[in-house]
Amino acid sequence: MKDISSSVRKVDSIIKMSGVAQYVDDIKISGMLYAKTVRSTKVKAIIKNIIIPELPSGYHTVDHSDIPGKNVVSIIFDDMPVFAEKEVKYYGEPIMLVVGEDKDVITDIISNIEIEYQEQTPVFEKIKSAINYHFVKGDSNKAFKNAKKIIKYDYETGYQEQLYIEPQGMIGEIENNKVTLTGSIQCPYYVKNAVKVVLDANDDEVRVKQAVVGGAFGGKEEFPSLMACELAVALRKIKKPIKLIYEREEDMQVTTKRHPAWIHMEAAINEFNEIDGLTAKAAIDAGASIGLSGVVLARALIASTGAYTIENIEVDGDVFLTNTVPNGAFRGFGAPQMLFAVEMFIHHIAKELDIDPLELRLKYLAKQGDATSTRGKFRDPIIMNDMIKKAMEMSDYKNKVKAYEEEGTYKGIGMSWFLHGCGFTGSGEADHIKALVKLEKGADDKVTILIAAVDMGQGIQTTMKKIVSHILNIPLDQIIYNKPDTDLVPDSGPTVASRTIMIVGGLVARAAKQLKEKWEDGKQIVVSERYKQPEYIKWDEDNFIGDAYPAYSWGVNIVEVEVCPVTYQVTLVGIWSVYDVGKAIDERIVMGQADGGILQGVGYGYLEVMRNENGRIVHKNVTDYIIPTTGDTPPMETFLIDNPYPLGPYGAKGAGELTLVGGAPAVALAIENAINKKVTRIPVTPEYIMELMKNG
Amino acid sequence: MAKIKFTLNNKQVEIEKSPTARLLDILREDFDFTGVKEGCGEGECGACAVLINDQIVNSCIVPLGTVEGKNIVTIEGFSKTKRHEVLRNAFEEEGAVQCGFCTPGMLIASESLLNKNPHPTDEEIKIGLSGNLCRCTGYNMIIKAVKSASKKGDGLW
Repeated sequence: MKDISSSVRKVDSIIKMSGVAQYVDDIKISGMLYAKTVRSTKVKAIIKNIIIPELPSGYHTVDHSDIPGKNVVSIIFDDMPVFAEKEVKYYGEPIMLVVGEDKDVITDIISNIEIEYQEQTPVFEKIKSAINYHFVKGDSNKAFKNAKKIIKYDYETGYQEQLYIEPQGMIGEIENNKVTLTGSIQCPYYVKNAVKVVLDANDDEVRVKQAVVGGAFGGKEEFPSLMACELAVALRKIKKPIKLIYEREEDMQVTTKRHPAWIHMEAAINEFNEIDGLTAKAAIDAGASIGLSGVVLARALIASTGAYTIENIEVDGDVFLTNTVPNGAFRGFGAPQMLFAVEMFIHHIAKELDIDPLELRLKYLAKQGDATSTRGKFRDPIIMNDMIKKAMEMSDYKNKVKAYEEEGTYKGIGMSWFLHGCGFTGSGEADHIKALVKLEKGADDKVTILIAAVDMGQGIQTTMKKIVSHILNIPLDQIIYNKPDTDLVPDSGPTVASRTIMIVGGLVARAAKQLKEKWEDGKQIVVSERYKQPEYIKWDEDNFIGDAYPAYSWGVNIVEVEVCPVTYQVTLVGIWSVYDVGKAIDERIVMGQADGGILQGVGYGYLEVMRNENGRIVHKNVTDYIIPTTGDTPPMETFLIDNPYPLGPYGAKGAGELTLVGGAPAVALAIENAINKKVTRIPVTPEYIMELMKNG
Repeated sequence: MAKIKFTLNNKQVEIEKSPTARLLDILREDFDFTGVKEGCGEGECGACAVLINDQIVNSCIVPLGTVEGKNIVTIEGFSKTKRHEVLRNAFEEEGAVQCGFCTPGMLIASESLLNKNPHPTDEEIKIGLSGNLCRCTGYNMIIKAVKSASKKGDGLW
């Protein structure tokens, strides 16, 4: 049998290429109505009164008063209402749905709804901390007290929009009292559990199905739960099928984005020019509700020493509430912000100390057996030295970085080193998710994979089938893996946190081995496996002590740029990456993640500008929120080095987020190399470069 | 309201609708060609690309009235051709399909490019596909796929 990494044709490509794949907006149900959301036009206000015009027959409004259960979208912090009741906290907050047959009539009704607000003073500054985390390792106080020199820098990162090409959408129908919701979603059970709370429904009264998902990147992790809750309330009231699809402008205005962050770093330098201690203080802007922000902050803080081991550290961070659109999950989940700061800071320390950055970095590069930032342990082999060597060879880094340091070349090369914790942070897998997977063999000897994992383009339909096919030694077409439907599949957890192959795939592999042992031709057999945390993994959630993740994937990105000396426009010249994802279940699929991840990460670093003005997102569409096109794409080369993780299927670890998180520091360092100025914020736009060139 | 006649995927069709209706909506809702996708509604992302008289056009910014007498091909029509088969194989072999939402538009753009220039360089491919946004692939494998299709489909374009 071939090595599992050797690539196969993806099982879902044909239907996507012929245009027959059914995304949510392609689904039609007879008698279907459309819904559109009435939203706040104020940033912060009390709702004094709402006047709804007389509705034509067959048209309805649906608001908080129609909710049978609780008016809350259950995520982690239940602090986001489904429909605003007495107050609005951000521009675009949903107040009600208008539902009916004709979209134009709906739009007309919405423009005639009068809402009387009493405006209040909004908060945009970082003053209202909703969550604070703090942890230490070693004795950083002592390090700072004895320091010969203290180096301080502040770093800042902007919003980033996921910009899945398919906007958010959900369609629902109701039979008796049971609602069925089909959507562009990452997490069928998040949606189901949220809807149950809102409808005060029993488990068998809510069914959630996945449509083909047109990209997600975290943007369809928690946000779809809000849409599903709204739609479910409408379904219960109106009792007809309803479709709710966002247009791009609405999607950009109101859906979750990557948290803007501010990170203050300090290093205590001793008399031998060593980094004795480090402190990181982070602030992330949650927007108007907390949602997943605490978990995002935790991942950021745990990454505060990046790929390095520093003995004495103190880490502190806050989630700030502001009257802006709520931010949420986005590939990388807090790590991209922190890794940008860490990678820039170690270079800035080297420059302040007049040491070759490469030498300083190698000195602190984490090794197997080192303590992690949270006093856990890097148990598995770390092969970063080989990876760095390979990446530098591929790109001719050493020669280029020196040559480009010369004044006036306007060429630059930057290299980032990074890691990404695979799976949920801390005890999430063991305490909260408790993933369950099933395999069902029919009398026809076909094997059905029953899991809640969603293929949103990352190829899970193909890779999961490959795992089962290899273990059972049966062809791929003898294996069935349909899009998840909560009436049919157990809760194997959400499709997030680079957990799907390592955790869910690991369980699927174990179930397949079980099935292999029990296999009898022509007999129906069902096997299941539930996640068990390895005994040696211990995590103290309150104090951030222990193993924050069961395993880590590692990476090196090198980006080369040219900066136009006149316009300061940045052109990408080349991208080289080396990754340790344990073992690729399908090499071409991982390579595809690598290409897409790095371009999204690099885009975050130099191109993608999004900001709010007085609480409103300024950017409206892809015409003014610019993502990389083919024209921006340089030659890209990726190399994978096997480093199998004993508990992953065939040794596989997480891959999806890893490929994004190093992009921004690599491109920012390349620009720094090109212009000989210290870069401390992303995106590094021509305007920012001009500012640096003028002021320093 | 106006009666508009045109050729759609090799069939003569006629529809009575407002001449200002978006072609995208007509194709998706009245003719059920849902392979034509809406990504931005502003003619920027290319997900709704179709061929009108062999030219690539974003159907979200085409008023129905302008297609009278024209020949329109959507992904559904194009997918029945030999050239689609060559492109399809190349896209599969290179791994150019992830979420797939941009893919119909990418294939239409590839067809349009290869029609004009059967053997494009990498730079020409990048220019040819620059009107189609993809967020999954980083474009690398798509560019390689078009290059490979142009070789394997030598003589077809």
